[in-house]
Formats: sequence, C-alpha cells, structure tokens
Amino acid sequence: MEKLIILIVLVTGVIALAQLVRVYELSSKLKDRGEHDITDRDNHLNAKLMLGFMAFQFLGFIYLMLKYGWTGRGEAASLQGIETDWLLNLNFIIVIIVFFITNFLLFFFSYKYVRKPGIKATYYSHNNKLEAIWTIVPAIVLAVIIILGLRSWNSITSGPTKESVRIELFAKQFDWTARYSGENNKLGKYDYKLTNEGDNPLALMTTKSIESARVETEKAIKSLEDELKLVQLDHLASGYMNLISSSVYKEQIEAEYNSALEKEYNLIEVEEAFKHKYADAKDLKGHVDVVIEEPNAETQKIMDRLEDKLIVKGRILRSIAQMQQSYDSKYDLYAWDDIIQTDTLYLAKGTEYEMSFRSKDVIHSAYFPHFRAQMNVVPGMPTRFKFTPSLTTKEMQKKKADSKFNFVLMCNKICGTAHYKMKMIVVVLTPAEFKEWEKTKKEKTFKDTYAAGETEEPANSETNI
Amino acid sequence: MSTVAHENNHHDDHHHEESFVSKYIFSQDHKMIGKQFLMTAVFMGVVAMMLSIFFRIQLAWPGEESTFLNTFLGDNWAPGGIMKENMYLGLVTIHGTIMVFFLLTGGLSGTFSNLLIPLQLGARDMASGFLNMLSYWFFFISTILMFASLFVYDGGVFGIQFGDAAAPLAEHTAWDGSGPAMSGWTIYPPLSGLPNAEQGSGLGMTLWLFSMGIFIASSLLGSLNYIVTVINLRTKGMKMTRMPLTIWAFFVTAILGVLSFPVLFSAVLLLIMDRMAGTSFYLSDIIVQGEMLANHGGSPLLYQHLFWFLGHPEVYIVLLPALGLSSEIIATNSRKPIFGYKAMIGSILAIGFLSFIVWGHHMFVTGMNPFLGSVFVFTTLLIAIPSAVKVFNYLTTLWKGSLVLTPAMMFAIGLVSTFITGGVTGIILADSALDIAIHDTYFVVAHFHIVMGMSAVFGMFGGVYHWFPKMFGRMMNTRLGYVHFWITIIGAYGVFFPMHFVGLAGAPRRYYDYTVYQEFDQGTYDMIMDLNVIVTFFAIFAAVGQILFLFNFFYSIFRGPKAPQNPWRSNTLEWTTPVEHVHGNWPGDLPTVHRWPYDYSKPGAEEDFIPQTVPLAEGEEEH
Ligand code: HEM
Ligand SMILES: [Cu+2]
Ligand SMILES: [Cu+2]
Repeated sequence: MEKLIILIVLVTGVIALAQLVRVYELSSKLKDRGEHDITDRDNHLNAKLMLGFMAFQFLGFIYLMLKYGWTGRGEAASLQGIETDWLLNLNFIIVIIVFFITNFLLFFFSYKYVRKPGIKATYYSHNNKLEAIWTIVPAIVLAVIIILGLRSWNSITSGPTKESVRIELFAKQFDWTARYSGENNKLGKYDYKLTNEGDNPLALMTTKSIESARVETEKAIKSLEDELKLVQLDHLASGYMNLISSSVYKEQIEAEYNSALEKEYNLIEVEEAFKHKYADAKDLKGHVDVVIEEPNAETQKIMDRLEDKLIVKGRILRSIAQMQQSYDSKYDLYAWDDIIQTDTLYLAKGTEYEMSFRSKDVIHSAYFPHFRAQMNVVPGMPTRFKFTPSLTTKEMQKKKADSKFNFVLMCNKICGTAHYKMKMIVVVLTPAEFKEWEKTKKEKTFKDTYAAGETEEPANSETNI
Repeated sequence: MSTVAHENNHHDDHHHEESFVSKYIFSQDHKMIGKQFLMTAVFMGVVAMMLSIFFRIQLAWPGEESTFLNTFLGDNWAPGGIMKENMYLGLVTIHGTIMVFFLLTGGLSGTFSNLLIPLQLGARDMASGFLNMLSYWFFFISTILMFASLFVYDGGVFGIQFGDAAAPLAEHTAWDGSGPAMSGWTIYPPLSGLPNAEQGSGLGMTLWLFSMGIFIASSLLGSLNYIVTVINLRTKGMKMTRMPLTIWAFFVTAILGVLSFPVLFSAVLLLIMDRMAGTSFYLSDIIVQGEMLANHGGSPLLYQHLFWFLGHPEVYIVLLPALGLSSEIIATNSRKPIFGYKAMIGSILAIGFLSFIVWGHHMFVTGMNPFLGSVFVFTTLLIAIPSAVKVFNYLTTLWKGSLVLTPAMMFAIGLVSTFITGGVTGIILADSALDIAIHDTYFVVAHFHIVMGMSAVFGMFGGVYHWFPKMFGRMMNTRLGYVHFWITIIGAYGVFFPMHFVGLAGAPRRYYDYTVYQEFDQGTYDMIMDLNVIVTFFAIFAAVGQILFLFNFFYSIFRGPKAPQNPWRSNTLEWTTPVEHVHGNWPGDLPTVHRWPYDYSKPGAEEDFIPQTVPLAEGEEEH
C-alpha cells in the first residue's frame, strides 16, 4: 500500500512537472523567445544567487569551525603528533586563505560581470607577466610547504634509537594483539608457519615451537593421507559392490572393507585382495580385467582438494625442516621473555616506542588518531614506526572533561566484515604506574604461557647462548 | 573501408536508408555512439547514486529499521530493514567503481570525445567507426557484468548458479553466501585475492575483475581512436594551436588512458591468476580463516603500485575532459577569449606528464621507503602549480566578461569552485607528514569527491546542457536547469564539506558504523553522528534534485523546442553543421578553419563572435 502511494505521488509529480514545462514553453513561444535566449531577469537573479551561494559556503565553513573549535581534532597526545599538528595548522591557514580569496573572486566576478546592455566584454587573451606571477608565487609557497613537510617527515619516520622500547602489533581479522619485547628489549623471531592457535597464536620461533610445528604438520599430513585413502577405499569398495550382484559377495566385501578400516590398511593390498577374491566370481558381469569406473565429479573434487592440501602441507613441512636446521637456539631467549597482551595496550608517557607491525591475513592499518600515527600492516612484509606518548590517559580525560575517554588503536584499512569493530583500547600511564603494571606481567611471559602444563624445559636451551 | 570512401566523397548528400539496427544499435556513427555512451552512463549514474543513498542512510541512522532499505535491498541484505555489514561494504565498493570508471571515465570521455572530436575538428567521423562501435559494445558488456555483480548472492546471480571455479577454498568459507565485491573500489589484495577472506571475494569479485578487464579493452579502443583522429583528421587550417581546449583535453586524456590502463590490466590479470591459478604475485605468509597458505614471496604492495600507476592518471582522465568542456563553455558564455590559451595547453600537458610520477602519494603509510615518499611529496606538490594556473586563468576569463548565465555556464562556474575547494585539500594530503594522520579518513573522501567527483559531474552536466542541442536537435528547459544547478551545488557542498571535519576528528572511511566510538570518546562520537546526519540530509536533497534533470533530459529529447543551429553564438565548428544529424557531419565540403576558436568580442568585429570558418579580415591579427 505504502509503495503504491509513493508510486502514485511520483507519477503525478512527473505529470505536473510536464504540464508546468508545457505552460512555460507556450508562454515563451508567445514572446518569441527560445530556450537559448537568457533573459536579463534570469541572468541577474542567478548572478545574485551566486553571491548568496558564496555566503552559504563561507558562513557554513565558519560555523563549522566555530562549532568544533578550529578543526575539531582535539589535542595531539604524542611528541610526533604535536609536530604534525603544528604543521597541519600552518598548512590550513595557507590553504584557507587561498580558498577564501579564489572562491570570492569566482563568485564575485560571476555576479559583477554578468551581461549588461551596451557593455561589451573586454577582449583580453593573455598577459605573460601576470601568468608568470601566478606560476611563481604558488611555486614559492609550495616550496616552503615542501621543505617544512619533509623536515617533519624525516624526523617522524627516522629509525629507532637505543632507548626505543620495542613493541609488536599483530593484526588479524578482526582484532589486535600486542607483544612487548620484555626485559631484554628484543622481540622474539617468528614465522607464520609456526602458528598454533592453542599455545602459540603469534607463531613465535623457539627450538620447541619449531619442533612442535614440525610434528603437528607431519600429523596433519598423515591425517590428510588417511582421509584421501579413505575416499579412495570407499570408491573402490563401492565400485566392486556395483559390479557384483550376489549379495553373499557383497557382505564379504563389506566385512573386508570394515576390517581394512580398523587396521592400518594399504590401499594396494586391499585392492589386490578384492581382485583375487572376486575376479573369478561368475557374476562379475563377464569382466575379465576389473575396471572400476572413474570417480564421479563430486568424489573427484574431494580427492583433488585433498591432494592440493597435501601439496601445500608438504611445502610447509619442507620449509619448517629447513628452518629447524638453520635455527640458532640462542634466539629462544628473545622470545621467552616476550609478553603477549590481547585486550588493552599499556604505554608509558615519555617513552619512545618502536612499533613493528605484522598481519596474519589481509592488510590492516594501525591507526592511533590521538597520537597522529598510522601505518599499514601488510602480510608478508614487516612495517614499523615510532612515537612517544606525551599525555597520559588521565591527563587527556581532564582536558576533554570526559572521565570515560580513552586512547584507541583502530583498524584503518578495509579488512572485511567486522573492520569497523577492530580496535584496541590504549592506556597511557605515568612511568611509575607503568612499572607497577609491568610487575604484574612478570609471571606471564611467553615462556610461562607456552610451557604451561608441559614438562620441565631441557636445561641446555638456557645455557646455549 | 567504407569510412575511407566517405572521407573522399565530399558530396555525400543523398541520405541512404539505414536499418534501425545499424542506426541505433550497431551504429558506427560517432554522434550516435556518443549518445549511446551517454545513455548508459546516465543509467549507471542513477544506479550508483541510489547505492550511495542506501549507505548514507545506514551511516546517519545505524541500526534503525528502514522499510526503504528493505524494499530495495531485500530480505537477504536488509532483513528487517537493517542493512547487513557486508552489504554496506558491497555498496560502497560498487558505488565507487561505477562512479569512477563507468560514469566519469566511460561516460564522460565516451560521450563527449565521441561527439566533439570529429565535430570540432571538422572530420566526417572517427578514424575507425568500427573500432569505435566495438569500444561502445565492450563498455556495454562490462556495464552489464558490473551491474549484475550487485545481484550476486549465494554463489549465483539472478538465480543462475555458478560453480565455485574461482573459489578453490570455498569449502572453508564461513560466510553465508557470496555477494558483490566488498573490498573498496581499489580492491586491494589479499582481501580481494582470497575467496575466503570475505563474503564479497568470491563470485562478486570474479565478475568485478572480468568487467574491469573488458572495460579496459573498451577504453583502449576508444582512446586509440581519439588519438589517431586528432592527429590525422583535422580539417584544413585546423592547426594544433587552433584546436579548442576541449580537444586538447580529450587528446591528452586519451594519451593518459593508453599509457596507464594497460598497467591496471596487468594488475587485474595478476590478481585473477592469484585467485584461479595458484600463483603468489600478491600473496605471502598468510593464514586466512584458519587455513595456512604456502604462498610466499609475493607482495600486496606490488598491486598497489600497479593500481595507483593507473589510479592517479585516472583521476585526471576523469577531470581533464570536464576542464576541457568547461573551458569552452566559460569562454563562449563570457563572450571573451579564454585567458592564456597557450598556458592552458601547457598546464594540460604538464598535468598529464606529472600525473604519471605522483602515484606514491596514495601509499605514504604502506611502509614504503620514507625517502621514496619524499620524492612523491615533491612531485605531487609540483602538480598543484599547473592546477593553480588553470584556476587563475578561469578567473581572469570571467573578469570583465559579459557573462550569459546559461545552466551550462553555471555548472562550469560550479566546477571551478569545486576544483579550488578540493584542490587545496590535496596540498595538505600531499604533505606526507600530515597524510600519516589523515590518510584513509573522511578527509580524503571529502577531498576526492569535491575535486574529482563533483568537478567532473559538474563538467558533465555543463556539457550536457551546452551540447544537448547538438546531440538531440532540441533545447533543454532553462528554468529547470537553474533549479537543478542550485540544488546540485548546495547538495554537493552540503554533503562533502562537513566530511572534512568528520575526517579531521579521526573517523576512518569504510566503516559500517561508528558506535564503537561510544566506548572511548563520546564527544567525538556525537560530533561524527551530528555531521553524518547533516551529510545524509543533503545527499537525499541532492539526489531528489536529480529527478529534475532526468525529467528535463528525457522530456526534452522528445518534446523540447527545436534548436537553432548555433544557440550559444559559439565559434567552434560543431555549430556549423546542420541541426538534423547527417552521416559525415557536413552535407557539403568540410569547413576550412581560419582562426582560433576564441574570437569573442574582438574589437572591430560587428558581432561578438567570429566563427572559426570566417577568414581573417584585411589587416586583422590572429590573436
Ligand atoms: C592540487 C592537486 C592535488 C593534490 C596535491 C592531490 C593530492 C592527493 C593525495 C596526496 C591523495 C592521497 C590521500 C590519501 O589517500 O591519504 C589524494 C587522493 C585522491 N585524490 Fe588528489 N590531489 C590533487 C588533486 C586531485 C585531483 C584534481 C583529483 C581528481 C581529479 C584528485 C583525486 C583524488 C582521488 C580520487 C584520491 C583518493 C583515492 C582513494 O584513496 O580512494 N586529486 N590526492
Ligand atoms: Cu583490520
Ligand atoms: Cu593521486
């Protein structure tokens, strides 16, 4: 019903419009005026509206600036951010001046020079001096912008110093994990092939985790092979069943099939057994060489998939084996003292953080709006940046007069369904508070969580530095 | 061959009867092909605009039930009137793709290059009518594929099921079906490369890629034709330095297209290979949906470099034709020569050249080498110089003119305004240190919609109002045109201006909703939501206003008053052809050109315009 009404309104609207246009056209015809003859009335009305629009544009802009306090960004909360904001404000001032002047000239000229009876346009085709001026002036302004901009860019993107504290941010659909480098300020190595959702979701590299990944992969290969064999066996057995009409034999095959399943079976042996027993059976529909039909499309697809997976797993296993050979167990220490943090990221005010980024699946982007920091997180390619928080959360809460305010890390590169929810709260503490927090984490290093429930560590891996 | 015959046969008076099919469908006549492009583009433009209204409603009133959304998106995508998260991403992706490629590349260039290149150069048709026809039909096929991809659901489209050939990993997919492509118009892999990375990366993405492949073929055929025509088929006296700026713009646009679209083609091809043939061009060390892939050594950044190597020239492929059209419109309706004709050509060429060496400004925060970043900062800010020159030249053209505010002229003035407003924010984005903080926020969305989207749309509207008499032999209604213009420009600023503030407040783009902000920053949340409601309001206002245009357009095609031969008292050659279209454009000999196209209000002349075909008077200087 609703839709019908909308439709009726639309149709009547269009008809009314058509009538209106018709009337208008007839009246123009009476006055012997075509659509291309713009009347002075129309011309002047629109010229005035040009000024009106300019007012709308300018006042709207000023209103927004007043309402949100200049740009509405709030204060930057990192040393780098303070520099960025300074530069941003400078650029804004330049740009806003240009915006106002040029838009003013545009709309003012459109108003002022609208056609007036008896006044002809001025034939004015070029002026090299003028054109040179407005090429050179922007060039100079831009040169200043470039120089200042690159100075900041170089300082913001410069590498870590000795004092920088290292943290890794690990992104996956759709959450963040932080990894602190622990006491030695060295992040453990990693390789995505070592991922174990149970006790090593960040795929950290240690002698143990490599070995366990190798074992796991071998197991996975074994079970894939089993699965594949099972599909083939199924196919074989049902093939024989189809060829043989006697129910006695069918029962025997079924029994054979079941016992093959229970034991460690070898497909070739099973096939041989089938052949021997039933090849001479009279009711094998006259087949001398038993030819089992090709698997149907569905079965074939399943088999192909399994084979593809086996190839992938095989490649992964080989590369883990290589890793195992070239690995030096002294790196274990880098990883063992790392602290993994999944809910909130704690930082200390005034500490320079060297952040490195890693993605498990697709591209994400680590975006800290309040620190004015951002870096893409790219699978297969480590990225980094550094920043120094300059305000604690509490200080910022006071400034914003909002006791619930928190800093945040958001994802800023489209990464799938829940992209918009992929965030992590960031809490900046005073150095003293941060020390306290760190203490609570002393017993929750990677070593503690990884080895939890496992037997005692072999002693040599500790001493082997 | 038959076109060649035409060329030589200057007296082609007799009208041979054409069948409906060869006249309206498989036409090889540039004027008809131009109209075909325009019609297709209008259709796609309406579709993409509707999509934007859908997602604007979601942004302004997240989580509220809307019968409107349910009516259009159906129960699969908007059950109970609440849009699904995935559909939101699908809508923004297809909206962006259609607007950039189908409306503003295919539509804008396709329509006006086809219509105006032969007419303004004094040629009987394009160099190859056949390739021109192919170009349209490739465009048409790609349009169909892209449109169809909107209807992908559950591994099928329009109820036709496809095998999951593109999805070898689909069995692990956690999604409840497939849908349109959902990784943004830039379709960055791995998100777009792995069918189980998100719902839209299955059949929808396959269709997107094939559509784009065919689109590129269409664009290349068109561009080659334009280049050859401009170089070879200028009429007698039409020196390069006497060509209207429209032609210069189309010419450079076509060159940009020929040099950059093949790079996008290779990007698309490699992506198709990664998806279907198991290669690892863009993939390395990935575990997706719990599945560990063995792909190693590829780089997602390779895709971005290839994409933006096209992507940045592409924005000028979109913009230059609009600037060309408005140069012509502004000069004609100011009754003044365009100021600094040579400088205008120079800036078009400079922009064309520079646009090839700035693509890295889209990648400042991808982790590329900071030094390389500095180089791109430098080249990007250089491109602002010719852009500024163009603006100043437009302003000076208006200065001391005798402006006739036709709807086309008003749209051209609107273009200059949006070009300024959007261009200046480009300067901020080009500063890599600042871009760190605002990349991928709504500030960027505001920047490119104003400078590219709105400018090009205004150029296109201006073009339609100005050349409608040439296309259809009838006039559009002027009053409706005025109302349409005012609604559109108020809408455009109302939509995109507040977006700067949304972006500066830190709101990332491509977010389904901003409710997460409530957990940590209520103040910013309130600001974002206030502005989002304002923006959506203006978006609906502007969209409804377009009904006036659609009505005016279709009504005038059939019932508009008959057009005079030269309604705008213009100098260029297209207005010397008869109102009724004839094959070969001029019934008699091709016109001979004696002067540049901008002799408006020349001192000493009787009229305030002197067509290009009028010989120089005794002692008269050529500009
Ligand atoms: C004054 C000249 C201009 C400069 C310095 C400039 C600079 C930039 C920069 C640095 C970006 C990247 C922003 C980011 O993603 O963080 C950008 C984005 C963009 N610009 Fe411009 N721009 C200028 C003019 C133009 C023009 C004339 C157009 C179109 C005709 C345009 C279209 C775009 C588009 C489409 C994007 C965004 C693409 C996306 O991320 O989806 N720009 N511009
Ligand atoms: Cu993400
Ligand atoms: Cu660009």
